[in-house]
Amino acid sequence: MAVEASPQSSAPLEIAAPILTLTGVSKRFPGVRALHNVGLELRAGEVTALIGENGAGKSTLVKILTGIYQPDEGEIRVSGAPFICTGPRDAWAAGIAAIHQETVMFDELSVAENIFMGHMPLAMGGRVDWTAMRQKTSELLKRLEADFEANTLLKRLSVAQKHLVEIARALSHDARIIIMDEPTSALSAREIGDLFAIVAQLKRRNCAILFISHKFDEIFQVADRWTCLRDGEEVGQGAIADVREAELVRLMVGRSIEQVYPKREVAPGAVALEVEDLANASEFDGVSFQLRAGQIIGLYGLVGAGRSEAMQGLFGLSALTRGSIKIDGAKIKIGSPAEAIRAGIAYVPEDRQIQGVVLPFGIRANITLASLKAHARNGFMNLAKELQTTKKFGERLAVKAANWEQKLFELSGGNQQKVVIGKWLASGPRILILDEPTKGIDIGSKAAVHEIMGELASEGMAILLVSSELPEIMGLADEILVMHEGRVVRRFMRGEASAEMIVSAAIANDDRRDPLGATEAPQ
Amino acid sequence: MSVAALLRHRDAALALIIAALIGAIGLRAPVFVTPESLTGVLTDTSFLFMLTLAQMAVILTRGIDLSVAANLALTGMIAALASRAAPGLPVVGIIGLSVALGAALGALNGAFVAFVGIPPIVVTLGTLSIYRGVIFLIAGGAWLTSKDMNTAFLAFPKSTLFGAPILIVIAALVSLFFWALLNHSRIGRGLYAVGGNPVAARYCGIDLRVQQFLVYTLAGAVSGLCGYLWVSRYGIAYTDIAQGYELTIIAACVIGGVSIAGGVGSVPGALLGALFLGIVVNALPVINVSPFWQMLISGAVILGAVVINARSERRTGKLILRGARTTDKGARA
Repeated sequence: MAVEASPQSSAPLEIAAPILTLTGVSKRFPGVRALHNVGLELRAGEVTALIGENGAGKSTLVKILTGIYQPDEGEIRVSGAPFICTGPRDAWAAGIAAIHQETVMFDELSVAENIFMGHMPLAMGGRVDWTAMRQKTSELLKRLEADFEANTLLKRLSVAQKHLVEIARALSHDARIIIMDEPTSALSAREIGDLFAIVAQLKRRNCAILFISHKFDEIFQVADRWTCLRDGEEVGQGAIADVREAELVRLMVGRSIEQVYPKREVAPGAVALEVEDLANASEFDGVSFQLRAGQIIGLYGLVGAGRSEAMQGLFGLSALTRGSIKIDGAKIKIGSPAEAIRAGIAYVPEDRQIQGVVLPFGIRANITLASLKAHARNGFMNLAKELQTTKKFGERLAVKAANWEQKLFELSGGNQQKVVIGKWLASGPRILILDEPTKGIDIGSKAAVHEIMGELASEGMAILLVSSELPEIMGLADEILVMHEGRVVRRFMRGEASAEMIVSAAIANDDRRDPLGATEAPQ
Repeated sequence: MSVAALLRHRDAALALIIAALIGAIGLRAPVFVTPESLTGVLTDTSFLFMLTLAQMAVILTRGIDLSVAANLALTGMIAALASRAAPGLPVVGIIGLSVALGAALGALNGAFVAFVGIPPIVVTLGTLSIYRGVIFLIAGGAWLTSKDMNTAFLAFPKSTLFGAPILIVIAALVSLFFWALLNHSRIGRGLYAVGGNPVAARYCGIDLRVQQFLVYTLAGAVSGLCGYLWVSRYGIAYTDIAQGYELTIIAACVIGGVSIAGGVGSVPGALLGALFLGIVVNALPVINVSPFWQMLISGAVILGAVVINARSERRTGKLILRGARTTDKGARA
C-alpha cells in the first residue's frame, strides 16, 4: 500500500502550531449531554484519529465543526482566530471541509458541477463560466491523480472515486482542515490503499485531517495522533506511536455499569425460535441461533454490522437467499411481515419515526395497527374492542397522554416508543424483536422499557434485543451475539465477557479480511 | 364554542363560508335560495360528490387519479352504445355494466401503479389519453344524442325516490358507503395507514400494493357509475364530455382538506369541498358573474385552502418538535 507518510519522526510535529483548537466545547440536547468540555487540536500536516463507541459524540463534534450545530459552551479557534460557524458556508470560508460516510452529492450532475456546487465561477452577467470551471476541475483531478474527467456524470463513479470528488471539492475551497467521517466503510481494500495515498498527499500539502474510523488497523496505519471520546467527554489523547490497541479499547469502553437493570432470573423454556444459517444477498450471512421462551438474546455490533438487517430478514422484510427458520420446532417460510406476524413474531423497529408510528393517527389506531384483523368483525373495526386493547397496553406501558385518541405527533419520543411497543404486544407475539428500543428516549421511558422487557421474559416471551448500548446488552441479555460485517463473530453467555472483550469482537480487528469480497461500488 | 374556536375546526369553518356564500348570493338573487333551486344545485353537484370521495380514497394512499373523467366519458359512451344496440336492456343492467366496466378501467390503473410500480400521475395521465382516444374509435367520432337513447335510459336520472331526485339519493348512498369504508372498515384503516406512514404500515403487514389496486379500482367503479348517469342526464355522449372535470374533482378534495401528501382527509370535508365548488359553479351565473370570474374565484379558493392546509401542517411540525425536545432525536450519532 502506498502509504509513505505514516508515523514520521514526531519532532517537527510538536513544533507545528495547531490550526484548529477546540477548548471546553459542550453541547447539550434535552435529556442528553452530547458533548461535555471537549478539547481537540488539529495540526497542519497531521492526521488525528477520533475514536469512540457508537453515540460517544463523534458525529456531534463533526456537526459542530461543519456548522450544523452550534456549541453551547467552549471556544473554537482556526489558525488562532475565533471561529463562529453558523452554516456550511462559514465552515468553507474557514477552510473546513467534511467527507461523509455516505457521500451526499448530485448523481445526475457532472464531476465539475459537483465540485463547484454553491461557488461556481461566474462570467459576465452572472452566467456560469463553464470553461473556467472545467479547467479548474481538470487541474484538481490531475493533482489528485484521478482517472476520470470533469464532464463525467457522478453516477458513473465508484464510491472511492466519489470520495475523490469530495476531496477535490474540499481543495477547491482551499480547505486546510479536512474531516473524514468513516471514509473507508464502503471501500474495497485496494480503494482504501488509494485513499490513504491521497491522505499522505494532503499531509504533504500541510492539511490537517480529522480521521474518524472504527477500524483500528486503519487508524494505526494512517494516523499520527488520537483523541478518544466516551459519553461525550474527551477521555484521552496522544501520539499513535505511544499507544497500544488494548489501551484504546479500554478508553473507549472504560465505564462501570452503574445503571441497575431489573434483570429477572427466568428459567428458560422450550426453544421458541431456531434460526440456522440465515443469509440474504448482501447484508448478512450465516446467522444462526436458538432462542428459548423467557430468554433474551442480545445482538451487539457497530453501526452497520448487519444486526437490524438480519432481523428484518427474519421478519420477512428482505428476501432470504439461504437458511431455515423453525418456530416451536416446525420449519416455516416467512416471505412478508404479514406472515411473520401470523407466525407470532413482532418487530419493534429501530427508527421510530419512519418505521414505527403513524403520526396523524391517534394512540388507539396506532396500537391496533398490527392486529387489525383481531379487532374487526366482518371487515368492520370493533371500536369497543380496540379501546379495550388500547387501554390494556397503554396502561401496562404507562403511556402518558390526555386520552387514547391523542395524535402521536403530540406525544414525546418516549411515549411514542411505548405506543409502538404496545402495538407489537397487541399483535400477541411469542417472539419479540426489539431493535434499539431505548435509542433517543428519556431516562424514565428507558427504565420503563427495560422493566417491561423483564416482565415479558418472565411471562415466557422470547426476546431478541438489538442494541448499541453495551450496558443494556450486558445487563439484560442471557446470551450475547456479536456481529461484524454481516456475520456473527463471537458468542458470549451472560457474565462471561467483559465490555472490552465484546467491543474487541465487534471491531473484529482482523487482517484476514478478504479484499476480493469487499464491495466495489454499491449504487 | 366561540367563533374563533369554530373557525379552528376546518370543516366547520368551510360550512360557515358556504352558508355565508349562499346568503350573499341570496341577497343579490333571492330566486337562488328557493328549495327548488337549491335541490337543483345539489342534483347537479351529485357527480362531484361521488367523484370527490373516490378521488379522496386515492389521494389518501399518496396517489392521484387523473383518468376519472375520461373513464366516465368512456363508460358513458359504451353504456349509450349498449343501450342503442340492445334497447331491451333494463336500466339496472346498464348500471351494472357501467360500474363493472369502470371498475375494470380503474383496475388497469391500479395494476400499473401497484404491480408495475409506475408513478400514479404518469399512469393515469396515460390512461386519460387512451380512454378519450378509445371513445373516438368506438363511436367513430360520432355524437350520440337523446335520439339514440331509449326512454327508460333517459328517464332514470330524472326519476325520484321518496320525493328526492334519484341522483341525490345515489350520491347519498355512495357517501354512506365511503363513510363506512373509510371510517369504520379494516380496509379503510389500512388506506389511512399507508398514506400516513407507508413504511410503518408495511412493517405491520399491510400491503401497499393491495391497497393501491383497491382504490384505483374503486375510483374506476364510481367513475363508471357516474358515466351512465352523466350521459343519460344530459342526453349526450361524445369524446369530450366531462373534459377537464378531473381537475375540478381534485380541487374539491383540496378545498375539503384532503392532504395531497396522503393520509389526511375526511368524508364530510370532501363533501363540503365539492359542495363549495358546486355552489360557485351554479350560483355565479345566476348573479351574472362571468365564467372567467368563476375560474378566478375557484382558483383563489384552491390556493387559500392550500395555504390553510399548509398552516395546519406547520402547527403539526411544531408539536413534533416539542416531542423531540424531551428526547434527543438525532443528537447522538
